[in-house]
Amino acid sequence: MTNIGAFIDLVGTATAETLAMVSLSTLLSLALGFPLGVLLCVTAPTGISPRPVLSQALSRVVNVLRSFPFIILMILLFPLSRVVVGTSIGTAATIVPLSIAAAPFVARIIESALKEVDPGVVQAARAMGSLNRQIVLKVLIPEALPALVSGTTLTVINLIGYSAMAGAIGGGGLGDLAIRYGYQRFRSDIMAAAVLIILALVELIQLAGNRLSARLLARR
Amino acid sequence: MIRLKGLTRRYGALAAVDSVDLEIPPNEVFGIIGKSGAGKSTLVRLISLLERPDSGEVWYADRRVDDLSPSELVAERRRVGMIFQSFNLFGSRTAGGNVAYPLEIAGVRRREARARVDELLELVGLSGRGDSPISALSGGQKQRIAIARALAVEPSILFCDEATSALDPQTTRSILDLLRRLQRGMGLTVVMITHQMEVVRDACDRVAVLDEGRVVETGPVADVFSRPKTAVTREFLSHLNPMERDRTLTAGSAEPEASGLVRWSHEGGAYTLRFRGSLTGEPVLSRLAREYGVDVNIRAGGVQTVGDLPVGTLVADITGEAGEVRRALESLRSAGVIVEENEA
Repeated sequence: MTNIGAFIDLVGTATAETLAMVSLSTLLSLALGFPLGVLLCVTAPTGISPRPVLSQALSRVVNVLRSFPFIILMILLFPLSRVVVGTSIGTAATIVPLSIAAAPFVARIIESALKEVDPGVVQAARAMGSLNRQIVLKVLIPEALPALVSGTTLTVINLIGYSAMAGAIGGGGLGDLAIRYGYQRFRSDIMAAAVLIILALVELIQLAGNRLSARLLARR
Repeated sequence: MIRLKGLTRRYGALAAVDSVDLEIPPNEVFGIIGKSGAGKSTLVRLISLLERPDSGEVWYADRRVDDLSPSELVAERRRVGMIFQSFNLFGSRTAGGNVAYPLEIAGVRRREARARVDELLELVGLSGRGDSPISALSGGQKQRIAIARALAVEPSILFCDEATSALDPQTTRSILDLLRRLQRGMGLTVVMITHQMEVVRDACDRVAVLDEGRVVETGPVADVFSRPKTAVTREFLSHLNPMERDRTLTAGSAEPEASGLVRWSHEGGAYTLRFRGSLTGEPVLSRLAREYGVDVNIRAGGVQTVGDLPVGTLVADITGEAGEVRRALESLRSAGVIVEENEA
């Protein structure tokens, strides 16, 4: 067990699993949450196409999903994972609950970023005869882009945290490694490595997100 | 020609716009002036089809436009231009990108749009600034870009919602000059919402005075300025009058104030006399002194040009035997001079 090669192998595999989980579930949660966030913003009472009933209903669903403890959501979603990826154990299976857990969070983040856009600018776009689709694609999203980037950064960081938790119930990745080796087998070196890599990942992603957001703002 | 018939818009119990009837002739700059809360913003949103009235009608020429279907509404909005107090430019686009926006959403081809953007930038005096980010422009430049953007679709109507309220006096003047020049050159109908009497004086042909959601007075600017019929209008005019503002000018200095009046004494000035048009050239006051035996002491005076009409204003004390003073004032009024008594 003191074999350096085995150590690197363990940690390396776990890191790759975490990266796969986080990147795939980020993409999927954006795919689910982004349209939902746009819909929440557009149908709100102050939105460009107010639909009070739809807006209320969506808002409720999002709130319920968001207040669900992740670990319970994950267990509840085992059957869905089995349908989608054929198994409820392992890295691939974890992506399903991770994406679904993060989607409502993404929706809220997108919604609040889009709502920050100056209503005067939206009014001007409307006065020029923009269709609602054009307001969303050509005004709201470009105007909110720096905030959207910050929001996405936050999502990725949250997903790293969630993915570590998913490890506890057989999801693989760095969280799984830390629990099985670091905690249950008293391998504090592996525990330390897993934690350090997670910290480094969070730090790197935050840095990259801040850079990108700042660069977008500087061009204005 | 824009016609409004019994236009009403309520917010709860409050009628922000209350059965407004108005005719806005084509090819003119039409001012709508009112204090904040008078309903100006709601009115312009109704005329520019951003909001639907609760009742009443809006007509552009011989087409009714307040009850259009959503797709007709979008098409109609693409035929009018609008500029705003806070410019409302897209920060995510360059100056040229802003001007290109209305062309883009109308499906104009990129190459064609680019040529048109260059033309428009030149029209507003900002050629070569197309690549500037919005944040690099001054307030006046931002409003110029907004004007170029509003005119990109060659509208026949341009709405200006407090378009100069965020600008300093000098920039205001240059923007108003530009708007007048464009109005004449392109045959535009310009509807200008404002709370600044200076804007009406310097740029408008006709004006409607709005108070508590109703039009209380309307007509050519020169008429409304020289014969104000309502207290609201007189109050607006008083802001052009040195009695109520700019008391810092020292006695003896002959600098004309923004109002066009020169004041050489800060004391006295019981009456404000306004002479319109041809009266400006008549020796009314010397006749007054001769015929009624009253003394006239002039404290301030000058000629303001309202529209194309000169309006002479004098601030003076008229003293003498009470009955004679009264008769003297009556004769002034019957000669067509507007006499206002100033508060001590």
